[in-house]
Amino acid sequence: MQLGVYSFGNQATDPVTGELVSTAQAQRDLLEAIVLADQVGLEFFGIGEHHTEEMPASAASVILGAAAGQTKRIRLASAVTVLSTDDPVRVFQQFATLDALSNGRAEITAGRGSSVESYPLFGYKLEDYDRLYAEKLELLLRVNEHATVTWSGTVRAALDDELVVPRPDRGSLPIWLGTGGSPNSTVRAGQLQLPVSYGIIGGDPARFKALADLYRRAWATGPETTRQPLISVGNPGFIGETNREARDTFWPTWYRGMADIGRRRGFAPPVREHFEIEAEGGALFVGEPEQIANRIIRLHGAMGHSRQFLQMDFLGLPQRELLRSIELLGTKVKPLVDAELGPEPEVVPNPLDGGPAPVETGAAS
Amino acid sequence: MTRVAVLGVGKVGTAIARAALAAGHEVTVAGSGDAEPVRFITEIMAPGVGVATAHDAVEGSDIVVLSIPLPKLASLDPEMLAGRIVVDAMNHWEPTDGALPALFDGHATTSEAVAAHLVGARVVKALNHIGYHGMEADARGFGADDRRGLVAVSDDAVAANEVAEFVASLGFDVIAAGPLSRSAAVEPGSTIFAGSFSAVDVARLLGEAGAHAHVAQKVDLAEQFDGA
Repeated sequence: MQLGVYSFGNQATDPVTGELVSTAQAQRDLLEAIVLADQVGLEFFGIGEHHTEEMPASAASVILGAAAGQTKRIRLASAVTVLSTDDPVRVFQQFATLDALSNGRAEITAGRGSSVESYPLFGYKLEDYDRLYAEKLELLLRVNEHATVTWSGTVRAALDDELVVPRPDRGSLPIWLGTGGSPNSTVRAGQLQLPVSYGIIGGDPARFKALADLYRRAWATGPETTRQPLISVGNPGFIGETNREARDTFWPTWYRGMADIGRRRGFAPPVREHFEIEAEGGALFVGEPEQIANRIIRLHGAMGHSRQFLQMDFLGLPQRELLRSIELLGTKVKPLVDAELGPEPEVVPNPLDGGPAPVETGAAS
Repeated sequence: MTRVAVLGVGKVGTAIARAALAAGHEVTVAGSGDAEPVRFITEIMAPGVGVATAHDAVEGSDIVVLSIPLPKLASLDPEMLAGRIVVDAMNHWEPTDGALPALFDGHATTSEAVAAHLVGARVVKALNHIGYHGMEADARGFGADDRRGLVAVSDDAVAANEVAEFVASLGFDVIAAGPLSRSAAVEPGSTIFAGSFSAVDVARLLGEAGAHAHVAQKVDLAEQFDGA
């Protein structure tokens, strides 16, 4: 099982002044977190594209590029890239460059995103939502598969035998399909034989077992290959020394984050009672290392996922708390999970070149 | 036993289909096109439900549940749903749907816009203010201390009570209220939309939202379960 972290960017609270750091400082904080995650043996760091002041990680590949030079083993990924409002050729070029600089550690998670700030920013229309995503995903997969591309569609200029470089040394990039749990997206990922990444933000995560089954079933309708269906799970989480301490630390930042999103989406701020329920058995993996390890192992029993990564830095979480939680995930949770499930597999999917590609293992020891 | 047609097989549609099946109803689901891709999904996500085209599912049903993305409302054929009791379980998610200006034209609430498009349908706003994963997790037997209250809002009192009975069978207390023009009280942004409340608290919140004059009744579940 691969363990890791993801972030949308966070304006941390300065513990001395009580003020929020700048959006520029938030980028440097993120880089520091990735470097630590690598040092403590975590295998994955994902940056989810967002464009708000509170969640300012708008240029994932730039931060990941900086991290490439300061890290050794950790996989550097988007989680997710809002493909609908970006150019698939540009996305590929950026992540292929990242892949070159990191010696084969780049991954793309393609998705629609959970919010639509990028639509007005880049001049796209929401009513084209479905078409934008379908066409751009198709183009991204084709660019990943072929160095020279011929393509035509309705959402960007046609390509006539155009060369797209750089090409990844390992042939192609792992491209995951990110979804919040829609059955249709699940079937799409399976039929395309792409690895799928579920964002689980509320309720009992074990209910995703049915989706995991659906995904494998859809995969099995495709051609025989040496590739295998792969599932990752991203969800909110935070590790502390004790359950009580973890939850007391995470609660105010979770509250601020959810209240902020709720204001824009029309739901009320969370209540502590519900938070405790979610932290005990729901989507929030907030607690002491033993409990979180057990919950990851249990979810693995239901879904058979091979990677789980936690979003720890909601609105205002002080940077030192983020770093402490990352350290506990790597040094305390990971050994417990490894002891139960064994070390991570030695291959990661190489979805479009017909077979898995070897990579360095991320084993910390 | 109610014959339920669920249009839409996303997260919400499959959850409602499972819940209705568990409550002993006959459930048929439909997507936007052929039945086969839908069957592929439901065999795993909601085993036991029937699958048909939208037209056939509606044809054989007592209640139709709409669980499609609201921007796709225009793709529904009003003729197909004329005269039917239609549960509007949809919401406007501005962060992902945009502003829907054409749909809102002249309407204070989305359920009115739904009713205006579906001319002749007996529209009831219901099952929209509970998260899809609460549909099964929060269901409780009649009389349970922590049974949630859900709202059924309509301009048609008979349709509202039919839907109330159906929602009650899924494991919730139901407050039938109207008219649709007041359904902002259960839309995103309302207190009711956000939280999990008892029927008593829901009725109080409806009153605070100015819908008190239109709260038809708290459905008398005991009476219904006795078949009275």
